[in-house]
Amino acid sequence: MVTTIYVPRDSAALSLGADQVAARLEAAAADRGRPVRIVRNGSHGMLWLEPLVEVVTDRGRIGYGPVTPDDVDGLVAAGLLDGADHELCQGVVADLPWMRDQTRLCFARVGLTDPLSPGDYLAHGGLAGLRRALQTPPADVITEVTESGLRGRGGAGFPAGIKWQTVAGTASAQKFVCCNADEGDSGTFADRMLMEGDPFTLIEGMTIAAYAVGATEGYLYIRSEYPDAIRTMREAIAVAREQGWLGSDILGAGLRFDLFVREGAGAYICGEETAMLESLEGRRGMVRAKPPIPAITGLFGMPTVVNNVLTLASVPAIVAGGAAAYQALGVERSRGTQVFQLAGNIARGGVFETAFGMTLQNLINTYGGGTRTGRPIRAVQVGGPLGAYLPADGLDLPMEYEAFAAAGAMLGHGGIVVFDDTVDMAAMARFAMEFCAEESCGKCTPCRVGAVRGVETIDRIVAGQDTDDNLALLGDLCELMTEGSLCAMGGLTPMPVRSALLHFADDFGPNGRRRS
Amino acid sequence: MVSSMTDRVRALVAAHRADRGALMPILHALQAEFGYIDPGVVPVLAAELNISRADVHGVITFYTDFRAEPAGATVLKLCRAEACQAVGAEQLIAHAEQLLGIKLGQTTPDGAITLEQVFCLGNCALGPAGQINGQVRGRLSPALLQELVR
Repeated sequence: MVTTIYVPRDSAALSLGADQVAARLEAAAADRGRPVRIVRNGSHGMLWLEPLVEVVTDRGRIGYGPVTPDDVDGLVAAGLLDGADHELCQGVVADLPWMRDQTRLCFARVGLTDPLSPGDYLAHGGLAGLRRALQTPPADVITEVTESGLRGRGGAGFPAGIKWQTVAGTASAQKFVCCNADEGDSGTFADRMLMEGDPFTLIEGMTIAAYAVGATEGYLYIRSEYPDAIRTMREAIAVAREQGWLGSDILGAGLRFDLFVREGAGAYICGEETAMLESLEGRRGMVRAKPPIPAITGLFGMPTVVNNVLTLASVPAIVAGGAAAYQALGVERSRGTQVFQLAGNIARGGVFETAFGMTLQNLINTYGGGTRTGRPIRAVQVGGPLGAYLPADGLDLPMEYEAFAAAGAMLGHGGIVVFDDTVDMAAMARFAMEFCAEESCGKCTPCRVGAVRGVETIDRIVAGQDTDDNLALLGDLCELMTEGSLCAMGGLTPMPVRSALLHFADDFGPNGRRRS
Repeated sequence: MVSSMTDRVRALVAAHRADRGALMPILHALQAEFGYIDPGVVPVLAAELNISRADVHGVITFYTDFRAEPAGATVLKLCRAEACQAVGAEQLIAHAEQLLGIKLGQTTPDGAITLEQVFCLGNCALGPAGQINGQVRGRLSPALLQELVR
């Protein structure tokens, strides 16, 4: 009998030697004359257990992790191929609290399937959304998405259905669907994991969007820092064309839509939607002034849906399961689920998809297990490099858009970066300005010049030069950048800076950490 | 610039002529083939794509990925974004600089290694992260770094 073994191909697993683990497993099984089939799946998202090897048994998929290449021979000798016990054995993966406690809609298949197997995709509910959409008038698909309460998962949280409605309402013969996969925010990796772990879901979501708004051509803009995601998506698109899931007669329903991958080139600003459109057009990633909005004047001047990976990848489940089921999840104006990402100094990092509303505290401590170093938490940054720093006593916040906004913070793309008590928050504030100076597109002065002056001013404050005057100056500068910048890059860089000043003022003073 | 490179540029343009916004895919293809974008390709691309030389130059210089000269045989990128800083990225970079005797952005005199910063590789739960010749690495330590650059 052939034993099926799963070894992830997700780049987080690869970063710790998953390829070597797979090779060693194959060799060890062959030595024992045991026929095995090694499937390279996506990652379940329990990244502290990667590489997580799973063996299919009568009891279910038994997990072992974290497995290093050197562990393999011992594991196989101990009976891994039969699901035997071992200190690295985690038991049945589906029964682990981390997995059991999630509501996985967007990530339903990630980790379970071979990402490039159309058979796996269909066997796990793939295409149910697209099939249902194709039996529904486009306008009703948009209504479904609007009523589900789905908001843009890229960070801004704009209602997806309203955006689609705007594009659908234009008369243009040429429209586009663009997926923003320029996931540059530190602490976020769910887009990458979805693309590497279940690429057909994204293709399906983009196809539904295209059907709903009347677009025939789509672009997927992936950052060059994600070579594995780029490869996987390109292969998946080729498979989808072969299967008739893309092309001139999708699923025999007469729908025409094709999709192309474009690679970024190391510019954070291209995650801003208008800069991304410029880059897709073959130009410098310079932000455009809005209006006109991309939904009316987008790629090459045509009406364009621009959505994040997780927004589009949530659509198939919404259309398949109905708006009411999705809308029933979540709280207030944050409906459905969000794929939260635990990162930085965290004992158990990874992705955790759950309905909006769980507290940050609960996510970090119950699931994340506190810091990796075992030291007390001092600060948490949510929402990427433009998000606020929250102090350890401010983590009792429900994970939803409005509660974060009310706390002067930002939920953003759901990335959570934890810092222990050794962090120097003046240094982190300086870094926020340094990053903005490095990555600003340069179009507007508050961002281009303000960020450089911000670094200099923080340096003077930390050096104890005219501290009060320079703190006032920094406050002015932050206000100017917030109010005067063209986009969120300059407009939100003050958020980490001001929150660091507010909650960790001592770090900027004469007894700050760098000086102590 | 040698004429064989000019021919290759023309061939790559021809291969991407049907693509919308072809300049970026063409530049990626050039960089993949030659390891850098020779300034000599600018007038060729401008003429082939019917855009100004300033436009081509502007695009090449805007993006960090496009190099004006070849990198070292091995390119080591270390992540400096917040999640990796939370687990000691800055100390790791200082260690790498000392180990290699170069600063971020430089190449060792023998041309063996180029050391660069990167802002996020999407491996934020397993930092400090790095990328060596395009392959992502996690939980980098000084010892592991030493092994990688040996």
